[in-house]
Amino acid sequence: MATVRLSFSPAPVHVRTARLVGVAVARRAGVREDLLDEVRLAIGEACTRAVALHHQYGLADPVLVEMSDSGAYSVRVVDRAPIEAGLGLAALNADELANEALTDEALTTGVGFALLAGFVEDLQVRPVAEGVGTEVRMVWPVGR
Amino acid sequence: MELSLATRTVGEHTVLEVGGEVDVYTAPRLRERLLELIDGGARRVVVDLGRVDFLDSTGLGVLVGALKRLRSAGGSFALVCDKEPLLKIFRITALDQVFPLHPTVDAAIAADPTGSGT
Repeated sequence: MATVRLSFSPAPVHVRTARLVGVAVARRAGVREDLLDEVRLAIGEACTRAVALHHQYGLADPVLVEMSDSGAYSVRVVDRAPIEAGLGLAALNADELANEALTDEALTTGVGFALLAGFVEDLQVRPVAEGVGTEVRMVWPVGR
Repeated sequence: MELSLATRTVGEHTVLEVGGEVDVYTAPRLRERLLELIDGGARRVVVDLGRVDFLDSTGLGVLVGALKRLRSAGGSFALVCDKEPLLKIFRITALDQVFPLHPTVDAAIAADPTGSGT
C-alpha cells in the first residue's frame, strides 16, 4: 500500500514538487543519505518522461506518483500514454549523442533512460495493470 | 533553488555561469539564453556549472544542442564542472565523451583549440 500518493497535472513546473516529496519520503523511509541525490534525479526523470508523454499525446490526465516504504523504498510513476511500454530502452553511445541528425527530443529521451538505468539498480518499466499507460517502478534499499 | 544565469566575457570567450536547478521547467530559459548568446555572435562559449545543484536530461539536451550549434558555426563549447555528483551524470550518459569538461574556467579557456587563450 502506498505511504504517500501524489498526482499532478502534467506540467513541467510540478516535476520539482514531485522530486522534493519523493526525496522527503525516501529520507523518512530510511534510504541512505548518499543515495538521495540519485533518488531525486531518478524520480525527476521518471516524472519528466511522463509529462512529456502526456504532452505528446495531448492528455490532461494527471501523472501519478506512489511512494511506499514497506520493506524497501519503492516509487511508481504512472502515465496514461497509449504506447507500447517503453521497453528496449537502449542508451545512446557517444557517437549517437553527437550526431547532428538526432532530434532534441530523442536525445533527451535517450539521456533520460540512461540516467534511470544508471542510477536505479532495481528498475522496471511495464504496462499498467489496468487501462492504458506505463509505470516506471524504482526500488531502493532502506538501511535502518 | 531557482535557476540563475549570469554572463561575463573573458578575453574572446563568453562565460555563462549557471546556478540552481536545471530541469524540465527551467531548461527552456537556459536554451533561450544560449541561443541569444550564439545569435548575438558568441562563438567561444564556456558554461560554468559550478553552482548547479540539479541537472536532468532536459538540461543535458539543451547543452548538447548548444554544442552542436556552435560546432557547426565553427565555434567552440566547453563545460566547467568539478562536482562528483554532476560528473557521474556525464559519465553515466556517455556525455563525458561528447563535451569538453574542465575543472575551472581558466582550464576550459586554455584548452580551447579554436582560441588563443588569455
